[in-house]
Amino acid sequence: MVRIKSSNTSLKPSTRRLLLAASALSVLAAPALTPAQAMDITPSAVLDTYADIALAAYTDSHISALALDAAIDALVANPSDATLNAAKAAWVAARVPYQQTEVYRFGNAIVDEWEGRVNAWPLDEGLIDYVDAGFYGVESDENDLFTANVIANESLMINGAEVVAASITPDFLQNTLHEAGEVEANVATGYHAIEFMLWGQDLNGTGPGAGNRPYTDFDVANCTGGNCERRIEFLVAASDLLLSDLEEMVGNWTEEGAARTTLLADEDAGITAILTGIGSLSYGEMAGERMKLGLLLNDPEEEHDCFADNTHNSHYFDQIGIRNAYTGTYRRIDGSVISGPSVSDLVAAADPALDAEVRGKLDATVTAMAIMRARAESIEAYDQMIGEGNEAGNATVQAAIDGLIDQTRSVERVVALLDLDAIEFEGSDSLDNPTAVFQ
Amino acid sequence: MPLSMNAKWIGAGGATTCLVALGLLLVDAGGLWASGDDRLPHRTDLSLADRARVASVLMPLESFEAAQPFEAMSGGAASFTGTPDGNAFSRFSQNLSFEQEADFNIGDSLFTKLWVSSPSSTQASDGLGPLFNARSCQSCHLKDGRGHPPVDENDSAISMFLRLSVPARTPEEFAALESRALLRIPEPTYGGQFQDLAVPGLQAEGRMVISYEEEEVVLADGEVVSLRRPTYSVADLGFGAMDPEVMLSPRVAPPMIGLGLIEAIHPGDILALADPADADDDGISGRPSWVIDEQSGELALGLFGWKGSNPTVRQQSAGAFSGDIGISTPDAPAPHGDCTANQPDCLAMPSGVQDRLGDTEAPNPVLDLVTFYASNLAVPMRRNVDDPQVLLGKSLFHDLGCASCHQPNYVTRRDAATDAHQFQLIWPYSDFLLHDMGEGLADNRPVGDASGVEWKTPPLWGIGLTEAVNGHTQFLHDGRARSLLEAILWHGGEAEEARDAVVELATDDRHALIAFLESL
Repeated sequence: MVRIKSSNTSLKPSTRRLLLAASALSVLAAPALTPAQAMDITPSAVLDTYADIALAAYTDSHISALALDAAIDALVANPSDATLNAAKAAWVAARVPYQQTEVYRFGNAIVDEWEGRVNAWPLDEGLIDYVDAGFYGVESDENDLFTANVIANESLMINGAEVVAASITPDFLQNTLHEAGEVEANVATGYHAIEFMLWGQDLNGTGPGAGNRPYTDFDVANCTGGNCERRIEFLVAASDLLLSDLEEMVGNWTEEGAARTTLLADEDAGITAILTGIGSLSYGEMAGERMKLGLLLNDPEEEHDCFADNTHNSHYFDQIGIRNAYTGTYRRIDGSVISGPSVSDLVAAADPALDAEVRGKLDATVTAMAIMRARAESIEAYDQMIGEGNEAGNATVQAAIDGLIDQTRSVERVVALLDLDAIEFEGSDSLDNPTAVFQ
Repeated sequence: MPLSMNAKWIGAGGATTCLVALGLLLVDAGGLWASGDDRLPHRTDLSLADRARVASVLMPLESFEAAQPFEAMSGGAASFTGTPDGNAFSRFSQNLSFEQEADFNIGDSLFTKLWVSSPSSTQASDGLGPLFNARSCQSCHLKDGRGHPPVDENDSAISMFLRLSVPARTPEEFAALESRALLRIPEPTYGGQFQDLAVPGLQAEGRMVISYEEEEVVLADGEVVSLRRPTYSVADLGFGAMDPEVMLSPRVAPPMIGLGLIEAIHPGDILALADPADADDDGISGRPSWVIDEQSGELALGLFGWKGSNPTVRQQSAGAFSGDIGISTPDAPAPHGDCTANQPDCLAMPSGVQDRLGDTEAPNPVLDLVTFYASNLAVPMRRNVDDPQVLLGKSLFHDLGCASCHQPNYVTRRDAATDAHQFQLIWPYSDFLLHDMGEGLADNRPVGDASGVEWKTPPLWGIGLTEAVNGHTQFLHDGRARSLLEAILWHGGEAEEARDAVVELATDDRHALIAFLESL
């Protein structure tokens, strides 16, 4: 059990600051600014930092989603290449803080159960809008909604029942269309639905190029692609929904919020949640599902931000979020920095060499991701890198995967050091602890 | 927060395996062991001391006043302890390492992957069909849960299909059944399964037609329950008339949870429950389904499928890839799936095999990863285990004889292939044996050891979450029962006595029995 406490005044002062942007968010109750002072490195203080960073990063996600929403309004009011490009740029910018929150998903059940609404992928774009039949295929039928195209059709069959969507509202997207027919690929909400709206299908396979939707798809006066009014309704509704979902998660991390309260209720479980988030995102999610599978199949559809060709940024900022969670530091979108007592401090107090090892590996993965990002911005997109026979591209992605796996190995050593593996079984006889198991 | 992820750390750190919970058990075990009574001699995977502990924890219940130790954790340490919401069947075993979690997640992606027809630009993803029931695993196994019959004529039959066979008629066919090289003789043209979809350019085999007739059952307290009796047929046949002796058997997709734990049950524990000649005269026989494990070539217990036709998750998965999606794997390498020689148009369609990628459409490690995924979907923790109504229902479940076939618990093998499945106390509520379930449920289509009136006892764990996960409460092999009570009332044959006892129950007792099932 972790009970590391130090009164060593040489520990770095808390610089915990929440420099709130001039957001009108009433849910965001700013903690009183603490003057720089020596602070004990206790698990409780570590959890405070972790929760404060969550609050700041979800707040930044909300702020940047507001900017995206404004850019979408401008596109709708005055469709042009310029307004469409501005909306795309706002979407890419909005991914930066959001991806840094992904590390909170694993280990915090409240986040995990909410996440499917905002970041579900892959999605069957034929559910939403027109698609290229030659590229996409039409023979599906196992997913009745595979080419339902809600933008073109006011009436759909869902589970054998007719559903009429006279207008496309946030409520319709969230409660009727999202995961319709229990099919997980029926994604109707979140960043990736908006991404598809702004970019359209990427028909380039593992060749160069992203989706290339014309701005006139949103131009009611000179409409391309048909049904521009419903397409606008869809885009606006999805953006509204993203805002309300993010606002809900900001609320969960305020002083009285459910996620923070749950986290702080049990210190050991809380520290475990931090490390679970790091390990599961690093290895299970990123190295495994999001990266290794694409290399295995050489399939450009196995790409996280596939319409926008933004996958390199998405992966990079996931890794930044992982490093944030370990080091207790976050650079906000306004440039200010939040930092405070961290798991790194706990580890350093018990085993400085292990702490240095973890930090070194986290930095090495950031570097590998940065190389991948630079390649994506200069030589070829991520979906080209995972193409069959692209040795240099494959190796660039593989290096990032190797870094993620390597850092997880060290995180497992941290768990052993902090003796967190015994927590579940403490006093675990029968009914006092309903999750006790026979061993 | 019920942060079950903690269990992940076992093995990750290497050192700690905490046995705090065992003090009490060890004391009991000492008593047993002192008497020299080794009741589990077949458990050669266990030390003598462990055998005594296991025998002790599996002893028949004496009291229903409180929940049993560990009974809430239906899947042992692999159980999912989070919110039992719509994703409750889609979580990984909670005692996986991060590395195993990665394999699970990749397997999950392959499970949801939509296969496309050949040829296509994504060569690693083509090979669909030519005949198929679904384009991905997940499209039948909705939310990794239970399929359902079509709602009406407008609904697709996607999570349900018909199996086909004919009686053996030639010496070769009889010999094939005798040796178990085949468990049934496929319909000569349509094969072993009726595929209602086909790739572009090929006609589908046809469509399944269901009609229902309602029949009323009056319970002792006066409540009337209507059962719908289905009749199955086929229409719009794409390849001519079927053999006049064809036998049809409808199947819905069963829930995917806990399959690796079931595979980790020691066969001796199941065989100990078998009583083919009903020697104990309790009206319940219980016969093992013996099938060939195609990996080893040896006979093994058929644990999976409604009639117990597959011994391993891997074999079941390879069969589903081939029969349901038309994707070949190293274990079922025919690239044209269930096409027969009498369907030359089907055999003439392009396959998805690319030699440079491997000699099947889904070469290794695709099947390995999907098998790992399918073996590690966690069983959700139970709810309300110590609620008085649930405990009353549990006592009735035992008293009425339900537990005779729906055997509550097992301790899995120490030497199970996956560490997360080893030595777990699990609560599947099945004996994994074949039972005569009466004419009402009979499909009259024998498969291997299973006669036309026999079905393998299906596990009940997770059954109370069917509505939360799949939005319906339709049970049995073809989803004919629209509630747990209807499912009970369809029981016949060996279960007739227990079924009749439920009919006679007082209203509160019947509600308690259902409350117990809903807590699973």
